Amino acid sequence: MRLLFDRNTWQEIFGSIRKNKIRTIITVIGVLWGIFVYIALSGAAKGMDNGFERSFENIAMNSLFAWAQSTSIPYEGFKTGRSLQLKLNDATVIQNRIPEIQYIAPRNVRGVFGDAPGAIVRGTKSGSYAVYGDFPVFTSIATKEIYDNGRFINEADIEQSRKVAVIGERTQQELFEKDEDPIGGYIRIDNIYFQVVGVHKFTQGGGFGGDGDIHIPFSTYKKLYNTGENVGWFSIAAYDDADVVQVEKDVKSVLKGIHRVHPDDERAFGSFNLGEIFNRIMGFSKGLTFISLIVGVATILAGIIGIGAILLISVKERTKELGVRRALGATPREIRSLIILECVFLTVISGVMGIILGAAVLNVVSNATQDIDFPYTNPTVPIPLVLGAMALMVIMGTLIGMIPAQRAVSIRPIDALREE
Amino acid sequence: MIEIKDLHKSYQMGSNSLHVLKGLNFKVSEGELVAIMGSSGSGKSTLLNILGMLDVADDGEYILDGVTIKNMNETKAAQYRNKFLGFIFQSFNLINYKTALENVALPLYYQGMGRKARQEKALKYLEQVGLKEWSHHLPNELSGGQKQRVAIARAMVTEPKVLLADELTGALDSKTSYEVMDLLQTINDLGNTILVVTHEEDIAHMCKRIVHLRDGIIVKDEKIKQVRASEYVQ
Repeated sequence: MRLLFDRNTWQEIFGSIRKNKIRTIITVIGVLWGIFVYIALSGAAKGMDNGFERSFENIAMNSLFAWAQSTSIPYEGFKTGRSLQLKLNDATVIQNRIPEIQYIAPRNVRGVFGDAPGAIVRGTKSGSYAVYGDFPVFTSIATKEIYDNGRFINEADIEQSRKVAVIGERTQQELFEKDEDPIGGYIRIDNIYFQVVGVHKFTQGGGFGGDGDIHIPFSTYKKLYNTGENVGWFSIAAYDDADVVQVEKDVKSVLKGIHRVHPDDERAFGSFNLGEIFNRIMGFSKGLTFISLIVGVATILAGIIGIGAILLISVKERTKELGVRRALGATPREIRSLIILECVFLTVISGVMGIILGAAVLNVVSNATQDIDFPYTNPTVPIPLVLGAMALMVIMGTLIGMIPAQRAVSIRPIDALREE
Repeated sequence: MIEIKDLHKSYQMGSNSLHVLKGLNFKVSEGELVAIMGSSGSGKSTLLNILGMLDVADDGEYILDGVTIKNMNETKAAQYRNKFLGFIFQSFNLINYKTALENVALPLYYQGMGRKARQEKALKYLEQVGLKEWSHHLPNELSGGQKQRVAIARAMVTEPKVLLADELTGALDSKTSYEVMDLLQTINDLGNTILVVTHEEDIAHMCKRIVHLRDGIIVKDEKIKQVRASEYVQ
């Protein structure tokens, strides 16, 4: 230990490093490359990870959608091919039967699945936009950011079937003047006047949805379009610790029970499991992180082994010098530490340079991908991973350094000094 | 200062055993300048290596300044070498990426001396061998004689009990050899004990005593009249 903090020790090490400049540079590049690959790869993996997470940030990660199709198996006297229709009451049944479900939002839409969108008119301006019938609980499943002064649909809107609407950014731009406050303004949806109560901010990801969408209370929607108790689909969010795949199965089997569908009928209800997809993507990015870790560590190891090999050659080259040192009174321990410290020092220096270089490259890539639609955000390497890499380098550097160090010590001074 | 009794050493060469030293006995007292002579293969280098604790004898006793050198591990031997012995080699063996001053200071580093003190002392010894102005030159910027003088300063710097010189003039022309021997004689005049291994008659005669080795035994051990090297140096 005393040796480690002795200025003289370091002067000796610097002396021998400075003497072999090319050797030192080549050695340094080996480990530098290793740690650079490690940092760049795991940073990129983390960036992908963050990017995916950002893509899904406005929707509950364990959510799923379920909708009705038509039967494919005859059952209880019904023939095959019977069209099914979800009803508002199904939501209550599903929520009661499946405790893993946190939120369930029945939704209706017009203008997404091939039917005519709502014709919206305001004064001399008009346009066609998708119109959604929504419950307030929908915002618990998919975040809807509302601009200042506005709000989303609330319970009172539902109870009183108020004619209020939350419009999209694009709708605002196309129907209102630039400096006009849309809140409180009126728009005509399929010939019924609605008051605008909010403007939602559009965020990419989480299935369909656009920047022109108009949300109105579910109860108002059903009066406007005469849909009665019909529901287009359910948006469902399970609790965080629930198994979404199982929840999806449960939802379908409950629906089959309600609508008297054969239990084995796979086509009767359609569903889209965002949670499962999300898990798959997260699994992919975890795998990527893992692979980058393995590749990085392997490259670092290769670099360190390179240092060991070069030091081994250098020890052979310096046989005479080491012999002289021995003759002048260097103990085997001092010779050993000289070589090991040289190895560790080279490793750490190149490691630090590699980390800096890796961070710089990550920064450049991050800036370059900032404005493009690519799931890549804030590529970082967690500090523990960096420290882990450093620790690995010091430990491996020491272990690898022991080989040339042992070689150096095993040379007997008399052999080293023997005249050729 | 040095006493060896019935020293034996043999090397294993495959299945053959080569008996190099066959029972040597001699004493060197303080202040002596002894030449060990012999043709190649006579065992003189082996003897010097044993005296220098770079090699171990198979049998016999070696007493250095009252201390019996026996069963030493490498660490202990290194410390003894540093404290009691100074080495001068035929090919100088300076470390080529260190300046003259750093080379001289190196043994002091292994004594754990601080940098400042080390350099001061090293400079003093460089001055003594007349190379103060060359202290910041690398060995390859020095002539052979200068290199050997740096090596002598390095051997002297720890103030050892005994200086061991192995063919120290072997790589030098005769003029430079005499200069180096002159320096060695001066050092000897100050009371230092010096052992010189050589096969050159003229160099041997600049010592005070010659020990002749042949085939591992001392054939002759005589005090001689010293020839001063300064007679040959202008």
